[in-house]
Amino acid sequence: MAVVVTSALAKARPIAGAPLRATQDPRWVRWLLTGIALVFLAFFLLLPLAAVFGEALRRGVGAYFAAVGDVDALASVKLTLIAALISVPANVLFGVAAAWCIAKYSFRGKSLLITLIDLPFAVSPVISGLIYVLVFGAQGWLGPWLIEHDMKIIFAVPGIVLATTFVTFPFVARELIPLMQAQGSEEEYAAITLGANGWQTFWRVTLPNIKWGLLYGVILCNARAMGEFGAVSVVSGHIRGETNTMPLHVEILYNEYNFVGAFAVASLLALLALVTLVLKSIVEWRHAQAHAA
Amino acid sequence: MSLLRKEHSVLPGFGLSLGFTLAYLGLIVLVPLSAAFLKTAGMSWAEFVAAVASPRVMAAYRLSFFASLAAASVNAFFGLIVAWVLVRYAFPGKRILDALVDLPFALPTAVAGIALTAIYAKNGWLGQWLEPHGVKIAFTEIGVFVALTFIGLPFVVRTLQPVLEELQPELEEAAASLGANRWQTISRVLLPELFPALLTGFALSFARALGEYGSVVFISGNMPMRTEIVPLLIITKLEQYDYRGATAIAVVMLTASFGLLLLINLIQKWSRRHHRV
Repeated sequence: MAVVVTSALAKARPIAGAPLRATQDPRWVRWLLTGIALVFLAFFLLLPLAAVFGEALRRGVGAYFAAVGDVDALASVKLTLIAALISVPANVLFGVAAAWCIAKYSFRGKSLLITLIDLPFAVSPVISGLIYVLVFGAQGWLGPWLIEHDMKIIFAVPGIVLATTFVTFPFVARELIPLMQAQGSEEEYAAITLGANGWQTFWRVTLPNIKWGLLYGVILCNARAMGEFGAVSVVSGHIRGETNTMPLHVEILYNEYNFVGAFAVASLLALLALVTLVLKSIVEWRHAQAHAA
Repeated sequence: MSLLRKEHSVLPGFGLSLGFTLAYLGLIVLVPLSAAFLKTAGMSWAEFVAAVASPRVMAAYRLSFFASLAAASVNAFFGLIVAWVLVRYAFPGKRILDALVDLPFALPTAVAGIALTAIYAKNGWLGQWLEPHGVKIAFTEIGVFVALTFIGLPFVVRTLQPVLEELQPELEEAAASLGANRWQTISRVLLPELFPALLTGFALSFARALGEYGSVVFISGNMPMRTEIVPLLIITKLEQYDYRGATAIAVVMLTASFGLLLLINLIQKWSRRHHRV
């Protein structure tokens, strides 16, 4: 309690003329540091964001909506949604299973397993695409077999889904593992003791406890899934209207000097990023409230 | 089950959840990654060296390394100030700014890439004022550095923030009551406390910058020997159907990033011990 009181006092505004508390900086230092932080963030965050919308609307609202409503643009939106709709649920399923076995049981090799789950974050997006080319490409391990059976994974939709799944692999597991470890298993033990079976325990006890963490992971996972560029670029083949996701479509339009078109599609992705940040803040806030209650 | 001996637990589902986790991890991550190493194992040593140490590749390593190092250093410096300001001071719009710090995580890299190019190109938002004064940013090494700074920005801020929030005010009060001035308190008491988190954020930002592709390719101009980063070189080799050359470079990069991952884990372990004392 004493700690709470002092930290609340430490945050209180200084009274003019009163001596500074030990945890406070002089006014000029505060102004200087705040100024530096604001200028840095303005240059590196706000300016790029403004540039996307400014360039998208450069030729007016009509040109903007024409670019957004273009057939190939809409096809890229559809493919991006398909890739996210498959890879995000797959990674949710994995994240929940991984967090369950890691948080609820102790076994040998657990810390190695946790490290391996983080591995895709350490891999360059370009390499994330390359490794699937090595497995499924025409020259790859399964290439001849796939050609024989008339199946296409690289330069087709399945490759895009696989590469997207790889780069978003750790997001949900990473949120859930520490959360479930911190929560412990007492409530689950109680449910089992009272006669619930495993699934009932999971749906009625565990899931309500982890729902905010799960949602948080899903939001981050989805943002990355829809925005991935490097990995998808390697496996897609860049066929307009067929294997172009939104970020790839942005690249094609940009390289054709169709800047309004490129920035118009980019603005949709930037909106998605902003929505992601808003949702993320709401979930963080709800989670903090649930914790305080 | 004999290898992974578990303690007895009344909760069901261990076999199912661990089995699914290992199968999925194997199929999506481990088997494809091992393909890169196995492909390279089929190359002769001379072939491997020729692929990973040609002058063009060496130039790309140098650019990727130094641009990432510069970007991570700038992020460490400004990230410390941003985290300090966000945790310690009150000003209007703080919560919005705090949320915006994650923008580089949420904004697709290709979007960041074309936006930065629109700002710094010759006729761009800032470029039109800078280029007449001889400051060229887009299509130079500085452009690569700017893009890498953007994508690494959140790491230092986000690793420092929780540590700063948990710092006990008693620490600073004790230092002050023992006669330290504010600068001594910050440099001798606070910075050593923050150092492990700062180093972790720096390493994360550096690791991310090494592998970054989307935000760089638009602003770098991709000139061989000058502004070509390593991931771009892999793409170039792939487009020439030089799968072995591409994979050999990828293996060098993978080894470097796994080494970094290990280093980051060690720093975190060390900082946890440091904090418990």
